[in-house]
Amino acid sequence: MKITKLSDFFVTGDPLIYGADVAIGLTMVAIVVALTAFKRWGWLWREWLTTVDHKRIGIMYVIASLLMLFRGGVDALLMRTQLALPDSMEFLKPDHYNDIFTTHGVIMILFMAMPLMFGLFNLVVPLQIGARDVAFPLLNSLSFWLFFMGAMLFNVSFVIGGSPEAGWLAYPPLSEKMFSPGVGQDFYIWGIQISGIGSLMTGINFIVTILKMRAPGMKLMKMPMFTWSVLSSCLTIILAFPILTVTLALLFIDRYFGAHFFTLDMGGNPMMYINLIWMWGHPEVYIVVLPAFGIFSEIVATFSKKRLFGYGSMVFALMSISVFSFFTWAHHFFTMGSGANVNAFFAVTTMIIAIPTGVKIFNWLFTMYKGKITFELPMLWTMAFIPCFVVGGMTGVMLSVAPADFQFHNSYFLIAHFHQVLIGGVVFGYFAGLYYWWPKVFGFKLNEKLGRWAFWLWNIGFYVCFMPQYVLGLMGMTRRVSSYSWDTGWWSWNFVSTIGGFLMGIGFLFQVWQILHSIKFMKRVKGDPWGGRTLEWSIPSPAPFYNFAITPKVEGRDDWWRRKELAAQGIQDPPPKYEPIHMPKNSGTPIVMSVFWFILGFGFVFDWLWLIIPGAIGIAGTMLYHSFNYDTDYYVTVDEIKKTEAKAGRVV
Amino acid sequence: MAQHHDTHAPHGGDAHESHGSMKSYVLGFVLSLVLTAIPLILVLNDIVTGNAADVVLLVTAVLQFVVQLFFFMHLKEEKKPRYNLMVLLLGLVIVLTIVAGSIWIMKYNMVSH
Ligand code: HEM
Ligand SMILES: [Cu+2]
Repeated sequence: MKITKLSDFFVTGDPLIYGADVAIGLTMVAIVVALTAFKRWGWLWREWLTTVDHKRIGIMYVIASLLMLFRGGVDALLMRTQLALPDSMEFLKPDHYNDIFTTHGVIMILFMAMPLMFGLFNLVVPLQIGARDVAFPLLNSLSFWLFFMGAMLFNVSFVIGGSPEAGWLAYPPLSEKMFSPGVGQDFYIWGIQISGIGSLMTGINFIVTILKMRAPGMKLMKMPMFTWSVLSSCLTIILAFPILTVTLALLFIDRYFGAHFFTLDMGGNPMMYINLIWMWGHPEVYIVVLPAFGIFSEIVATFSKKRLFGYGSMVFALMSISVFSFFTWAHHFFTMGSGANVNAFFAVTTMIIAIPTGVKIFNWLFTMYKGKITFELPMLWTMAFIPCFVVGGMTGVMLSVAPADFQFHNSYFLIAHFHQVLIGGVVFGYFAGLYYWWPKVFGFKLNEKLGRWAFWLWNIGFYVCFMPQYVLGLMGMTRRVSSYSWDTGWWSWNFVSTIGGFLMGIGFLFQVWQILHSIKFMKRVKGDPWGGRTLEWSIPSPAPFYNFAITPKVEGRDDWWRRKELAAQGIQDPPPKYEPIHMPKNSGTPIVMSVFWFILGFGFVFDWLWLIIPGAIGIAGTMLYHSFNYDTDYYVTVDEIKKTEAKAGRVV
Repeated sequence: MAQHHDTHAPHGGDAHESHGSMKSYVLGFVLSLVLTAIPLILVLNDIVTGNAADVVLLVTAVLQFVVQLFFFMHLKEEKKPRYNLMVLLLGLVIVLTIVAGSIWIMKYNMVSH
């Protein structure tokens, strides 16, 4: 794109955006000043930016995704505010509203849910299976940085060049060059593609980790349930993400080279895009919710002090969902006109997949039955999830009735449904997981009282916000509208819904306060603060950088619980015999290569060859450099292991 | 890491599984090029059209896939448990679903026809 004046490059004219410009500028200045003043640049580089330690990468994922939750949440509240002021055309003008729902959807799914999920994978899986790291630690770091750079590329679009505005799935023909001539759509494509490579590699990495790096004795059927859920999610990732990559690549070819895959003329067909994107899109929703199921399984068992009911059926349910999620995609476009046979088939597959999902609810309920349940924060969120997800699931089955969907499709009924499963299932699940594993990661618990405030605000806010939307949908309100007239009678329901949205916003603020408060008044905990059952609780909190001083020998499910029972009978583990530990070295390659990816992406967005070429050279160069770098690993001496273990209060 | 790296040379230059020879790589590469050129030439020059074109595209695509698997993915050389094979079979099921499903959905699309 030729830039002739500043407003071609920077987004101008909107006071909200100017406000954001100032805020971003000030934050960046503050960060740079703080790092320089406290002489922390070297520390940042050595300890974090170049780390290949899965625990630190996990922490960075969590921080980045919580920031994205903040941005996506602000977007949501802007939209809700506009919808409470229906005839004010001034707060969000219609095209600005388009920017915001598109950005909100993309950020929440791809840059909030996905990375928060990857964060939890990283924080937990190697510890649960008794491994020292993931199978490919450097690749893991590269995955993180690709996600991060992709997310940044997407995010700058709202101050530079302009946001995408064709919805979170960018349906053509609207997303084609003819109807979206600006660079926003290109930011969308490149942001998602770059982070998508990272997601695919994470999927591969964790499958290999789980299949190849389990502690000796941990047969597949002895794995903790969260690990199973990660395996099923990753399996779906490696099969689904290539579809997304190809679909967006075709859209890119249309836009950049003027091809006609999805255009209205020259033999193109936009419906093919809709068909393809949902082949990724439907599995994607299972990708993010399966790990939440794993989290709930761990929490229910721990806080009921019982082993999980129906382990085998749970494994079967998880793994079958990860495959069957590929056979339901057309329920997203029943109204496209593929005919009764197609619709009937996909309606039935959709109803069938609800069965393994429903089975799990019973597993959790029976686990709790006659258990000695305690209601700390992780368990509270789990309890809130169950009814919420049941209702969300049932409205989903309503949507799967193809003829009825002609009424529900693209109405607020749909919006209410998917927010109910995404917030009630995915967000509540990841929150539960964060509360549960937080002490393992940081060595202290989060304040219970503030956490309860946040919990109730989120939960009450959720129902106040989304229940009215089911009604609005039935009253005929469609999604993606920024205003409506008074005679529709929609205002009061919308107003209530907006109040609920803000309650959730306040809930989020309580969580920020909770974290800060708990850091300030930190109370250290030992390795096993909840009375856990699985291996991650057998080592100190936070885990030493090599995780396990001695690779554990696993003999049963819930192996740590078994060992605690043996210890209670007076049977102790033999005294530890340490051996040097082989560890991967930190590396700057991933972050440097990802910066070049960012440069390449930015170049393609503006079609600036002078930026594309150095980006491409940089990517190839770093790859080559890494291929010839043989200095990638080292050994931790027995001395150092002893010192580290003693510091964590272990007998050595 | 320990149990993982015991079987590996430190920098990941795995020596325990054969990874093909120069000859097999070159052969695979040439075959891929040929299988890419055939449909391009035939379709761009309108040598085949309609159903025949569909068949040529599908057949060369499938052959291409097989070539990649044997020459680059070393499918034959895997040890037990054959996870690669299992994932491959699952992948085939998914690919079949994608192709057949798309044809089915698009073919009977009342709007497009
Ligand atoms: C704080 C809670 C949230 C509120 C108040 C909220 C609100 C909204 C609103 C007002 C819209 C636009 C509806 C329209 O005009 O069509 C929307 C769309 C959407 N939201 Fe949320 N949302 C929230 C959380 C989430 C979460 C957690 C996710 C995903 C994990 C999510 C995913 C989406 C998606 C995918 C869309 C569709 C965007 C599109 O139409 O292209 N939202 N949300
Ligand atoms: Cu779906």
